Amino acid sequence: MFQKWKDRVTVTDIVMWMIGGTLLLMCLWGSVSTIRAGLYTKSHWIDFVIFGLAQGSIYSLIATGYTMVYGVLKMINFAHGEVFMSGPFTGYFVATAMWRSDFLDNHPIIAIIAIFAVAMLISTMIAYLVEKIAYRPLRGAPRLIPLITAIGASFFLQYLFRGLYGSGINAYPDVKVLEGFWMILGIRVLKIQAIVIVAAILMMIVLYGFIMSTKVGKAIRAVSEDKEAAALMGIDVDAMISTTFVIGGMAAGAAGVLYALMYKQVHFFMGFIPGLKAFTAAVLGGIGNIPGAMLGGVFLGLIESVAPALFLDGLGIIAPYQLKDAIAFTMLVMILIFRPTGILGERLATKKA
Amino acid sequence: MKHLLKVLVAVCFLFGLIAGPASAGNVLTIKKGEPVHLAAWFVTTGPNSSLGIDTFRGLEIAVEEMGGSIKGHPIKLSSQDEGCGPEGGQTAASKIASDPTVLMAIGSSCSSAAKPGVPILWKMGIPSISASNTAPFLTDPASGPDFSGYLRTCHNDNIQGAIAAEFAFKKLAFKKAAAIHDGSVYAQSLAQVFADTFKKLGGTITSIEAVSPGDTDMRPVLTKIASGTPEMIYMPMFIPETAHCVKQAKQVAGLEKTALMSADGSFSPDFLAAAGSAAVGMYHSSPDFSALDASYTAFLEKFKKKYGTAPEAPFHAHAYDAMFLIKGAIEKVAVVKGDTLEIDRDAFNKALHETKGMKGLTGTITCNQYGDCADPKIAVYQLTEADLKANKMSTVPFWKQY
Repeated sequence: MFQKWKDRVTVTDIVMWMIGGTLLLMCLWGSVSTIRAGLYTKSHWIDFVIFGLAQGSIYSLIATGYTMVYGVLKMINFAHGEVFMSGPFTGYFVATAMWRSDFLDNHPIIAIIAIFAVAMLISTMIAYLVEKIAYRPLRGAPRLIPLITAIGASFFLQYLFRGLYGSGINAYPDVKVLEGFWMILGIRVLKIQAIVIVAAILMMIVLYGFIMSTKVGKAIRAVSEDKEAAALMGIDVDAMISTTFVIGGMAAGAAGVLYALMYKQVHFFMGFIPGLKAFTAAVLGGIGNIPGAMLGGVFLGLIESVAPALFLDGLGIIAPYQLKDAIAFTMLVMILIFRPTGILGERLATKKA
Repeated sequence: MKHLLKVLVAVCFLFGLIAGPASAGNVLTIKKGEPVHLAAWFVTTGPNSSLGIDTFRGLEIAVEEMGGSIKGHPIKLSSQDEGCGPEGGQTAASKIASDPTVLMAIGSSCSSAAKPGVPILWKMGIPSISASNTAPFLTDPASGPDFSGYLRTCHNDNIQGAIAAEFAFKKLAFKKAAAIHDGSVYAQSLAQVFADTFKKLGGTITSIEAVSPGDTDMRPVLTKIASGTPEMIYMPMFIPETAHCVKQAKQVAGLEKTALMSADGSFSPDFLAAAGSAAVGMYHSSPDFSALDASYTAFLEKFKKKYGTAPEAPFHAHAYDAMFLIKGAIEKVAVVKGDTLEIDRDAFNKALHETKGMKGLTGTITCNQYGDCADPKIAVYQLTEADLKANKMSTVPFWKQY
């Protein structure tokens, strides 16, 4: 038993485990000293968690797009961040037009539905066109080629939108019904955050239901399992791939509007960082796995919001929020080392193997 | 032994390569019909592009007023994007440094781009003048010879940060303040100068926090700041981050009434568009254009006529002055030999630094040996409903020291 263990463990493993262990110990030590220092009250912690959940649910929605495309095409669609940007950026013009004519304040629900519709339509169209124009001709090419194309498509879209709408930062109008906060079980929750969380959860349920229990969803799953076999069974593979992009685009467009309503800023570069973060979330959850992407997004949002205060404050690190991204990406590296399949990736790995 | 010799020769050769251009290429010869090449490196893409575009327009107007030429040679303005960051600054500076026709660089827009870029340029004997880098270390005597080819026509943040602190402590009578920066050279040094001055005056700094450029979710960091209950938050960052902070501060428990103050990096209509109504009531420190004379009004007219819009960032006039400063130095040191122009790079840099009493748009420009040329007039502005409606930054200072 011991012999077998000794044969399997290499020096690299030991070093890796030591790095992992040290990080874990530092996190624990930091948490204990932060809590003992008593800098934050209970309501502060609850605030951190709610901020994290709201941010995380947006990551989740974008991450589903990454993960589904990876499922069917085995490629990372780096233009997905721009699909996310295109919707709300276009929706901005609808929103300001309605705001100027007071329609937004008089009929807020219809107005918000209209913004969502426009944004989702544009995002869906962009996602569909990117697949059709940039990826489809490269279907049989080696995997690196579509990846580079995706990066090219991403730049193209960024600067296309810069040319169309300008390089300035545009502010979404304030929607009066979304201002202020609700007291839920004695906890102060900003209305917009509550709405973002609920809307994201609803959309994810619909999306999961669609993939798991409709015929098209079944076909998409079949394509992601084995393209050739699916084609032999009479599934139109290209159509299913397009459908995947359409669904991912819709989710990204909706996430974009939620993001824009929460942060009130749109500009042509806004998709870059959330895109990277959502990609991280998809890998965290296990790329190719839809519930994994959702879980990964929420997890990442929570870590970004809570971890700097919890882990780093107690260690006496000045200005811990600057290291938010460092924490997120360190976690990605750790996951890739110790659990390359991601949090929920196991089932997929065995299936694929 | 033979090997050692080879190595020695190779090492000598390498050193020759490194040392060669700096000593050999010291005189720039501009032949007949060739332009005087000035290379701008500004931020022209990304969220802060209004800053770079604004300064470039200032240069273009200055060139136009010079009739497009200096000493019979046309002026060529080329442009590189420095992306408002160290990577972009390094790339842009390397590109400029590799072009032997460049006499001088104009830029960068952001101090974080200047940090790696200026030494690269100066190694090739190319001095650089900035219209908008305000970080103190660039002209700090301790920065050393890497920065001896550097000048700026805008103020040094040692002045701007101190004015913000005095405004908060003396005018608003605040005793507790916090600061947020985004880790950029510009914001970090401003926040530090502010904190130091505020403490020296007798106030308390509850915390200095940092976010990363590109962050959108500021609520956690604001919640952390709220736990120290400051009366004012100083956030001298660029447009997107400042706008996020301003908007989200209103939503964080305990910060609803806290005063907010930013600096010239976000003093732009772009900021108003991004922050919206949450910005009403907040303060900004920025160059005081109301103190400038009629020549600035004439410049503004020209600007509006040429580009169809008012300036969008505060440093167009500084760029205009930088151009004339360059012209003055060229005229002082350029040797005309028939149709060619010879400029000794070292003498040129020295002449730049020796500029004295030049009448510019932003005041009387006198450079010191470290490269600070500005005649700083900084005022504090407060944003009002009327500014928001008109979508322009206010031009009437709320408070000034002089």
